[in-house]
Amino acid sequence: MARPASAASAGVLLPAFTLWWREIVRFYRQTTRVIGVLASPLVFWLVIGSGFGTSFRSGGGPGQQHYLDYFYPGALIMIVLFTSIFTMMSVIEDRKEGFLLSVLVAPVPRSAIVLGKVLGGTTLSAIQGLIFLIFAPFAGVHLAPLQVLLVAAVVFLVSFSLTALGFAIAWPMDSSQAFHGIVNLFLIPLWLLSGALFPMTGASGWIRALMHLNPLTYGVDALRSLLYPGAPASFTLSSSIATLVLFSLVMFGLAFLMANRRSKRPPA
Amino acid sequence: MVSKVPAFADAEPEVVRPSVAAVISVQSLVHRYEDRTALNAVSFDVRPAELFGLLGPNGSGKTTLFRILSTLMIPTAGRAIVMGYDAVQAPAQVRRQIGVVFQAPSVDPKLTAYENLWHQGHLYGLRGAGLKQRVGEILARVGLADRAKERVETFSGGMQRRIELAKGLLHHPGVLLLDEPTTGLDPGARRDLWQYLQMLRDEEHVSVLVTTHLMEEAERCDRLAILNEGNLVALGTPTELKSEIGGDVILLDAAHEAGSLAERVRVRFHVETTVLENQVRIERKEGHRFITDVVEAFPGEIQAVSVSKPALEDVFIHRTGHKFWSENQDEQSESAPKRR
Repeated sequence: MARPASAASAGVLLPAFTLWWREIVRFYRQTTRVIGVLASPLVFWLVIGSGFGTSFRSGGGPGQQHYLDYFYPGALIMIVLFTSIFTMMSVIEDRKEGFLLSVLVAPVPRSAIVLGKVLGGTTLSAIQGLIFLIFAPFAGVHLAPLQVLLVAAVVFLVSFSLTALGFAIAWPMDSSQAFHGIVNLFLIPLWLLSGALFPMTGASGWIRALMHLNPLTYGVDALRSLLYPGAPASFTLSSSIATLVLFSLVMFGLAFLMANRRSKRPPA
Repeated sequence: MVSKVPAFADAEPEVVRPSVAAVISVQSLVHRYEDRTALNAVSFDVRPAELFGLLGPNGSGKTTLFRILSTLMIPTAGRAIVMGYDAVQAPAQVRRQIGVVFQAPSVDPKLTAYENLWHQGHLYGLRGAGLKQRVGEILARVGLADRAKERVETFSGGMQRRIELAKGLLHHPGVLLLDEPTTGLDPGARRDLWQYLQMLRDEEHVSVLVTTHLMEEAERCDRLAILNEGNLVALGTPTELKSEIGGDVILLDAAHEAGSLAERVRVRFHVETTVLENQVRIERKEGHRFITDVVEAFPGEIQAVSVSKPALEDVFIHRTGHKFWSENQDEQSESAPKRR
């Protein structure tokens, strides 16, 4: 019999697209997740805003006068950090629900699986980060269109690299509890040492060395120099962005290596 | 279509090409987990347009074999060749040839039936109008065309299974692999699924390999491989396998100790006996005559007696010396076939 629809090589982009799209569709069908993503930046902002009291209204500073202004880029990074990594719990869910198995037996290159899943998580966390940007005027930030684009690019790079890291961690795991354990071990120190809470200049020698090694430092620094053009930055914008691109590539490579291992052990 | 040399074939220049007669060729397949051997040198072939059953109790190695054939796991030794491609050396080629239906669901409950198949098609390189048409076709085929726009989470178990099957068949695979596909289905849905598999074989000439632990399902297969503790214990058509048992199967329920009764029956009547828990099992022609003799010979020692035509389970006992389901297999014991 004629088989017009016979399976051809699916390439990388079509399967990656379909996995990305599924991630988005699944997300907006789960109302609680949508509410969480939209509301958490707001709640975060309100709690911090009331905690820091009157400096909330001060505005206009170059990012140095008020701690809240200093903290704003770090808060943005924190939101992106948590959302990115935790979206990749869906890898563990897919494995449990069996969906992943049906992808693994399809003629799909592993790079397409990584790309689709990671871009899906990236999209969700970048959207959340950008929602947080709506509050920027309250932190004394007024952005020109070009800056908005650059900020979006930095947010995208940070989201992408961290989602890829989340993928690499989630891939071999069979329980979300184990994932939480590992992730918390990494996440909090990564964020604390990113310049989100305290500037690198004031830190002691070895802490400063660690901060230099932390890729998130470059994300925070790039955001700070974009949001508060007058504030002193530790690195140039281009070197920060270059570092983030490199970090993204390394994390993607790591995720790819994890996904590409063929095993003598049961897959689920 | 099997003209390309599999990738990485140069690592082992002599790629064994099975004759056209085999769509799946399992050759001395061995698989060891850390502490136990799940497959011990298993070999068999599946022929074109054949409904081939892999029968075995839990832990017999059939799921391991299924994982190797579906390229999810690399065997410790031996080969698994699907449509001419080695599952270890050319997994991408094998994946293109097979449709897989897992025991556990793989459909995404948050998506509609149509969306599930749409994504599945993309994974196999189908797209656009052709994909849309094919999805409509396959949904009609499994009788779910009118539910296409509904989320799978609202479907009954039987309907979800049909979507699984549609996923496996969407890309017109030459070989369909199913792992215990009727798990959790009611008898009606079970029967439908088997009729559908038979129709696939007859009308579309798809070769089907299905694992099962149910005797009545195994009876419906063209040929069977019976696995026990990683060993292939029998291979053939259900009729062939049953005919190797000499005549009838007689079971004696011992009133006291089955072992001593078995020994005395063996000496007295010159027959082979097997002890199964508190029963003595004998294979013999003209069973109805034999039981009167044996009950007279051992008065008060036999509580109950039965005689039956050999079933597939008798083949299993004949080859392994123990029951298909032992008492400590609590999981799924309600689905164990009752002895007549």
